[in-house]
Amino acid sequence: MNCELAQTTVHGYFDGELDAVRSAEFEHHLEKCAECQAELKEIELLRKQLRESELFEHASPQFRDRIRKQIAQEANGHRSKLFGAPKLFLIPAFGALAAAAAAIAIVFLVFQSHSQSTRITAELVDAHVRSLQPGHLTDILSTDQHTVKPWFDGKLDFIPPVSDFSQQGFPLVGGRLDVIDGRNVAVLVYSRRKHFINLFVWPYHEKGENLADSGSHQGYNWLRWQSGEMQFFLISDASQADLHELKELISH
Amino acid sequence: MAVVAVNTLRGLGRDVLEPQDRIRFEQLVLPHLDSAANLARWLLRNRTDSEDVVQEAVLRAYRFFDRFHGSDARAWLLQIVRNSCYTWLHNNRPADLMTEFNEEVHQQPSSTPETLAAQADDRKRLMRALESLPARAREVLVLRELEGCSYKEIGEIIGIPIGTVMSTLARARERLQRTLTAATAKEAS
Repeated sequence: MNCELAQTTVHGYFDGELDAVRSAEFEHHLEKCAECQAELKEIELLRKQLRESELFEHASPQFRDRIRKQIAQEANGHRSKLFGAPKLFLIPAFGALAAAAAAIAIVFLVFQSHSQSTRITAELVDAHVRSLQPGHLTDILSTDQHTVKPWFDGKLDFIPPVSDFSQQGFPLVGGRLDVIDGRNVAVLVYSRRKHFINLFVWPYHEKGENLADSGSHQGYNWLRWQSGEMQFFLISDASQADLHELKELISH
Repeated sequence: MAVVAVNTLRGLGRDVLEPQDRIRFEQLVLPHLDSAANLARWLLRNRTDSEDVVQEAVLRAYRFFDRFHGSDARAWLLQIVRNSCYTWLHNNRPADLMTEFNEEVHQQPSSTPETLAAQADDRKRLMRALESLPARAREVLVLRELEGCSYKEIGEIIGIPIGTVMSTLARARERLQRTLTAATAKEAS
């Protein structure tokens, strides 16, 4: 009784944290020590209980939004009051410095639009990942474009184009509403073999800039473009080639 | 004057990260928001408070991102979250930081077993048992069993030598087992 190893080493062994030599030594000991065997069983059961109870608490989508907004505000220079640093440029003697800082700020603003689009991309990726959780994919489940399109009526201040491309290998699965960058957007869900593709659609107000762009983020491929007064964003674990194919269908 | 000028520019660089650093921050640190939320929720045992504390911690991480030179962004963020949690507890609920947590005082009235599905009941019992442990025991269990951290990461996050992680974890598991056994015995009697 009262095996010393049962109180410590068995835990390191169970967690895979012993080096090869100690691990082999312990296994040798384990064969003969009933106390260590019992303890090993107990901590295995404990872990099983803890994991099966799903005690892990995820950050809610609302909380994620809150954090992103906070970071965006920070990046715009709205320093929140938690860590008030002395603002030296407010002292008159540093007027010249303030001018220099302003010059830097202007340079920064040029970068700003770039990082803003990065933030929106990250939001879209999050929305896509969220949509794949059970029960989140569609608000209206229908493969019929004439059912999905009217569903958006009155829910948005624009009318998204809705088409089914079953014939071409991209059947329409349904639609839902989502919130991106603080506004409601339309989402159409297509499937491609076993992959789901989310198409986000929302109005594009700044004219003259061609947004067409593609990339991947956390393993998901995305493709963004603009057409008329709408902007489109496709995202999926399907290939870029699939996304381009769907873009062609939507654009024509 | 020259010294002040350098300081001011430095301050500016930190208040507002360079765009490429902000992108790095969003790619390296923000994916660990779930981990941050989970650790804080278990340390503070309350969702609303923990969200406020995580928000502050993420902001702190953002402002001090230039000090992050390692490779393990999760451990770095969790370290900041943990420090923020302890500071918050110290200021708002110092009783929580006393080594021995009074299980009787903090136990919620249990609902009638008959009305609950067995599994939901198990979950509740486990949750209550974990919440009744001292913060120091709770955090190693959460990091190891819920978060899947290695001993090295746990040592980094809670600031103890890697050599003592194993014994700390062993004691914490034993406490949880004892609490669970006691709870089961109580319900049976």
